[in-house]
Amino acid sequence: MASGYEKYYVPEQSPWPIVGAIALFGVAVGGGLTVMESPSGQFILYAGIGLLLFMLAGWFRHVIHESQEGLYSAQMDRSFRQGMAWFIFSEVMFFAAFFGALFYARMFAVPWLGGASNNAMTHEILWPSFEAVWPLLSTPGGDTTQAMGWQGLPLINTIILLISSVTLHFAHSAMEQDQRNKVKVFLGLTILLGFAFLVLQVEEYIHAYQDLGLTLDAGIYGNTFFMLTGFHGMHVTLGAIILAVVWLRVMKGHFSAHNHFAFQAGAWYWHFVDVVWLCLFVFVYVL
Amino acid sequence: MTSSTQQAALDQEHEHDHHGPATGIKRWLFTTNHKDIGSLYLLFSLLMFLIGGGMAMVIRAELFQPGLQLVDPHFFNQMTTVHGLIMVFGAVMPAFTGLANWMVPMMIGAPDMALPRMNNWSFWILPFAFLILLASLFMEGGGPAFGWTFYAPLSTTYSNDNTALFVFAVHIMGVSSIMGAINVIVTIVNMRAPGMTWMKLPLFVWTWLITAFLLIAVMPVLAGAVTMVLTDKYFGTSFFDAAGGGDPVMFQHIFWFFGHPEVYIMILPAFGVISTIVPTFSRKKLFGYASMVYATSSIALLSFIVWAHHMFTTGMPLAGELFFMYATMLISVPTGVKVFNWVATMWRGSISFEVPMLFAIAFIVLFTLGGFSGLMLAITPADFQYHDTYFVVAHFHYVLVTGAVFSIMAAAYYWLPKWTGYMYSETLAKWHFWLSLISVNILFFPMHFVGLAGMPRRIPDYALQFADFNALISIGGFAFGLSQLLFVAVVFKCIAGGQRAPAKVWDGAEGLEWEVASPAPYHTFSTPPEVK
Repeated sequence: MASGYEKYYVPEQSPWPIVGAIALFGVAVGGGLTVMESPSGQFILYAGIGLLLFMLAGWFRHVIHESQEGLYSAQMDRSFRQGMAWFIFSEVMFFAAFFGALFYARMFAVPWLGGASNNAMTHEILWPSFEAVWPLLSTPGGDTTQAMGWQGLPLINTIILLISSVTLHFAHSAMEQDQRNKVKVFLGLTILLGFAFLVLQVEEYIHAYQDLGLTLDAGIYGNTFFMLTGFHGMHVTLGAIILAVVWLRVMKGHFSAHNHFAFQAGAWYWHFVDVVWLCLFVFVYVL
Repeated sequence: MTSSTQQAALDQEHEHDHHGPATGIKRWLFTTNHKDIGSLYLLFSLLMFLIGGGMAMVIRAELFQPGLQLVDPHFFNQMTTVHGLIMVFGAVMPAFTGLANWMVPMMIGAPDMALPRMNNWSFWILPFAFLILLASLFMEGGGPAFGWTFYAPLSTTYSNDNTALFVFAVHIMGVSSIMGAINVIVTIVNMRAPGMTWMKLPLFVWTWLITAFLLIAVMPVLAGAVTMVLTDKYFGTSFFDAAGGGDPVMFQHIFWFFGHPEVYIMILPAFGVISTIVPTFSRKKLFGYASMVYATSSIALLSFIVWAHHMFTTGMPLAGELFFMYATMLISVPTGVKVFNWVATMWRGSISFEVPMLFAIAFIVLFTLGGFSGLMLAITPADFQYHDTYFVVAHFHYVLVTGAVFSIMAAAYYWLPKWTGYMYSETLAKWHFWLSLISVNILFFPMHFVGLAGMPRRIPDYALQFADFNALISIGGFAFGLSQLLFVAVVFKCIAGGQRAPAKVWDGAEGLEWEVASPAPYHTFSTPPEVK
């Protein structure tokens, strides 16, 4: 604490959190009722999502305004950075649950169903004709599917995301040197690459559903494939939206070489999403 | 400067950043003040404690006699399930978050929590989550009835159609906990007053720092587990279905990877509370401060590699059973360090027995008892006998009720004068303590015996030989439940008024929170205190 203790800006009371609480309530009730196939579910869900977007826009507008007014100190900047870092850590653990499910299924559940370890009787009595292989193309229950290769679209997507990480890094370096035109170009390029990734991912899903019979309910291979790539895709979408907002703010002349927390947070998030994809590419597609 | 210009300067300062509380409901809905939010958490937790307690009363009423008399078995299952969910996520965790909100900024000399608006959001999404959970009880088909652990396939193949609401309610609780935990960590790391170095942090702050880390690490895993339950039930996935290549046992692995750190999330802040109260009333410094910090960290790290001791009977490979048995037993070492440190703190202390100290001493004795039954359960071959019996119920109620809940009561009595500015009624509080202490042991101690004799948990009926003990247990339960109404009375009486409390309420107390007035001003430490 050598730098001393600065004045900490404690915001006045704010209506946004309670609006956000009501919005989440709507999303949860609406989401619940929708999957329960209740007729009113979708209406509540969309109302909740709408309110949530309204809240996010309003809350962030307020925060950006405060930041532009110079109310935030270096200490608050650290609070924001640390908050973002821990949020990303929580996201890592969320993906860890699904990667854990993938590894458990591959290393234990499927081999055991095939009679490995001390499960010879399980195999013999339950599904004697079941063969334990990965990818699991034929489930014990008799569903069959085809595997998604790693060449083609997945490989192209990997290259796209890797390049996007590099362009984002260039954008960030340019921001630190106050070369704003360079920032606009490279950040814009990053967002376009993210968008291209999402389009190709949709393409891949269509291919999986129509040509390969690889669906969400096609057994544990399809389950882990779609849950992992699906949640990753949602995170790419969110990351692209964050970067798009940052890009708009750059266009409006926000941020400086030393003060660009939102930029940095968005960049951290994007790199995190990239690392998740690399793990996905290795463990879901290649191996 | 003359005194009048000083006053004017002060007033201006006041104008600028000392916005006082707003009035009416807006104060509570829009607040960004850590003390307001702390109070909201604590009152919400008290309400949930009473609702969850009411469900426990239904369970004990049904179990008063063998046979089915009061409620139908499906409703009984809903009661055991929702009782557990409410007590874990609605009572104990929010109570500790409330204590953290109130005390952490004051203990480290910070003006508020690091992220005050997010703090408000973390609280206000909680009541909505429990509204969803409780509302599902009244819907056609009823609420969740698969136990708070929602094992697949009970929660997937065999659950009722309202399970989606349970899933989304748990999601919101998780979001709330994660945001609350991020706030606590950032506050502690970034907002300590000058001179408040790591090894000077009050232990309550230390234990909460580590708890917050555990929360951020495992709540997302719980979110993953409920998401898989949702897709298994509604979208045709088969994570927990062998026919699709999944495994119901995989659910238990994922759940308990969350679930075991979760039990430390509920007990580490309790350790912090006890480590604060025992030195105060022993009028001695805490014995072995550094070892307390290391012990807490060790417990937290070990908590990630013991989860499968909840699953000894699932047919794990032998190597797994042995590993998880020994890893679990290892936890008793740092925990023992803590218990010995508390006892050593009291040794040759000048002890007085105000109610917070009474609860703290009861905690040390009874939590240790719960720890011992935990050691018994850790022994794999023995666990094959104890598994899913009332012995387990006795074990975790000793650590959670006479452990976590007693520490929360101790904390509430300890800091109530600081919060309200009034002393609580010592006489009524003593009655509350002694009635609770006696009844809680009548309630939970005989559960060890019926459990060892083989009475299964979560079943609304039982064999005749357990009848006498169960009647006794139920009487203890009703008495314990009624005693808590006394706690409610003491709290609200204290809020309403009474004898004025001085700034330093307890003569042996140490820490920054005792250097500000009672009740603590709405804003504390907008200029940081010097910590030496």
